[in-house]
Amino acid sequence: MLYRHRWLQVLLLLAPPTGWFLVVYLGSLSVLFLSAFWLLDPLTSAVVHTFSLRNFQILLGDPTYRTIVLRTVGIAAAVTLTDALLAFPIAFYMARVAGPHARSLLFMAVLLPLWSSYLVRVYAWRVMLQPHGPVESFLSAIGLPNVEIGYSDVSMWIVFSYIWLPYMILPLYAGLERIPRSLLEASQDLGGRGGITLRRVILPLALPALAAGSIFTFALTLGDYITPTLISNSQFIGNVVYDSQGVANNIPFAAAFAIVPVVIMAGYLLIARRLGAFEAL
Amino acid sequence: MIKGRITAAVAVISLVLVACSGGTTPSTGGSGALRSGAPIGSGSGGPGTNLPTAIGPGEGSLNIIIWAGYAEDGSNKKEYDWVHPFEQKTGCKVNSKPANTSDEMVTLMRQGGGSVYDGVSASGDATRRLIANGDVAEINPQLIPDWNDVAPFLQSPPHNTVGGKHYGVSHGWGGNELMWRTDVVKTAPTSWDVVFDPAKAAAYKGKLTAYDSPIYIADAALYLKAHRPDLGITDPYELTQPQFDAAVALLTEQRPNIGKYWAAYADEIDNFKSGATVVGTTWPYQVNVLKGENVPVQATVPSEGMTGWADTWMMSAHAKHPNCMYQWMAWMVTPQVQAQVAESFGEAPANPKACALLDKGVGPYAVKNFCTEYRVNDQSFYNQISFWKTPLADCGDSRGQACIDYSVWTQKWTAIKG
Repeated sequence: MLYRHRWLQVLLLLAPPTGWFLVVYLGSLSVLFLSAFWLLDPLTSAVVHTFSLRNFQILLGDPTYRTIVLRTVGIAAAVTLTDALLAFPIAFYMARVAGPHARSLLFMAVLLPLWSSYLVRVYAWRVMLQPHGPVESFLSAIGLPNVEIGYSDVSMWIVFSYIWLPYMILPLYAGLERIPRSLLEASQDLGGRGGITLRRVILPLALPALAAGSIFTFALTLGDYITPTLISNSQFIGNVVYDSQGVANNIPFAAAFAIVPVVIMAGYLLIARRLGAFEAL
Repeated sequence: MIKGRITAAVAVISLVLVACSGGTTPSTGGSGALRSGAPIGSGSGGPGTNLPTAIGPGEGSLNIIIWAGYAEDGSNKKEYDWVHPFEQKTGCKVNSKPANTSDEMVTLMRQGGGSVYDGVSASGDATRRLIANGDVAEINPQLIPDWNDVAPFLQSPPHNTVGGKHYGVSHGWGGNELMWRTDVVKTAPTSWDVVFDPAKAAAYKGKLTAYDSPIYIADAALYLKAHRPDLGITDPYELTQPQFDAAVALLTEQRPNIGKYWAAYADEIDNFKSGATVVGTTWPYQVNVLKGENVPVQATVPSEGMTGWADTWMMSAHAKHPNCMYQWMAWMVTPQVQAQVAESFGEAPANPKACALLDKGVGPYAVKNFCTEYRVNDQSFYNQISFWKTPLADCGDSRGQACIDYSVWTQKWTAIKG
């Protein structure tokens, strides 16, 4: 029977993943959207299931939340830019210069930190970056005595840039590796020097890979809330969501605020798609 | 080429998986091997009905939410261990989950429909919320042998007894003190102005700390109660709009001076040890731990008074191990255990019979004349502490519904931190 009805074959093959996608992913997302319109009873802090736009009024009316959104997006953008700048030379060296031996060594160096827990790495940075810690002592020893980066947005930027760097290097490596050598040779034959080849041949061809890597660095920073808690004194979108849920038990407000990064990421992915990021994955 | 690309793609995918699993919060502790036992209590029944008349056999396991230091098993200081003796006596294996704020306790108590945790050591700002929402069960005081020894003002306090129904056993009480590092803050402060008066706080700019919870707004209100009589603050948890705004303004002014807020007590210990923060509010627990590690700290009750907590052991209305929980509540209010908790945590025991033992010194944190020092029997001192309670719209007095409720406190706290 299965042999005769091809549509049944296809149905059986696709039903589990489609079901998973519909129920687990879209289902939870729609519950999120729905609960954003509910309210909280102030005495019992239990959720009241009546439709209301109050959560969104608070979100839009209070400048605090605008600041937090801007800070989150700003740091995510800064981290993405930093990682792109740091990752490009490494990825380029790995893809086009290094021999097979050096390449696997570099691969290992890039991947090795990921074998340790995220929390361990963040805590290690916390010790290094805390006020009067090793980093500040080092800076003051080289003549920068008044740099105070402990528990600040700067330290957050440093830690995020470190933690997400591998996620930028790997797609960039894949993208740079598949640029045909003949194109670079053609550029040289036509008189293009290193700089021009880089700017006019390599960069445009690597742009989809850069966009692909930036999805990781941007999205991962945007959604994080542990690093801000441990490394800085300021709040990310994720912290407000976590506090609304875990501290105030105000799930409707948490849901309303959680929609903000969803919207931001949707916009980001649309732009990335236009840059060809999905072909580069 | 293609092979390399696939390898890279696989690597990226696995990285994302690593990131996803790495990004989760530290686990919430095991729910343990839950064996359901015969339910002996039902919180939603009428007054006194359906209450158990005897404690049945233990279920072999107990999951409780605690303030750090309330379930010591000797791993911090070997002298302070009341978990192992309890386990030996009752056969109930104790799984404790420390919470950092009252709000976290309320959230945890509601996990899994209230069946994940059997009980909680709730403070007064959580108890009323838990009772109002039916999360905790009414208990039968006759099953607690030491009940009558509990200080009279703690047997039926309004924060755990509603309409004559008891929703738990009082455990202990104390205040949020002012702590400072003696090597940085040379003259011992006697007032909260060291953290709230902009002129004085500026001396420690970037080295102040404060409790990272909306309830900390009450600390500012308490300061204003003494220093801004024109506002007419009577109770730091019952604030009208102008009073609330003044407290929020004070905290906003304080914000640039804060080095790091502490939400987890371990965070504060860390930052006082390293000197990243040098003055701010604390529980006595951190003071004891820091002194134990020879960090030069001192703590005091400032002249304005202090906010504080009065904790109650409460049982979930949907507890899976109610017999073990009853045994735990009875155990925690015995003089021996009360003495150990009081001394190791640094709070007044609910059962003054612990005093005779405390005077002998239970362990390394021994304080001379403990019960005099902590004013265990002093009800007038107890009445002076502004105990945590849930801010409600109803002011509880002639002002009526003019007060600011807790959801607004939470939102303003987010705004203060910015």
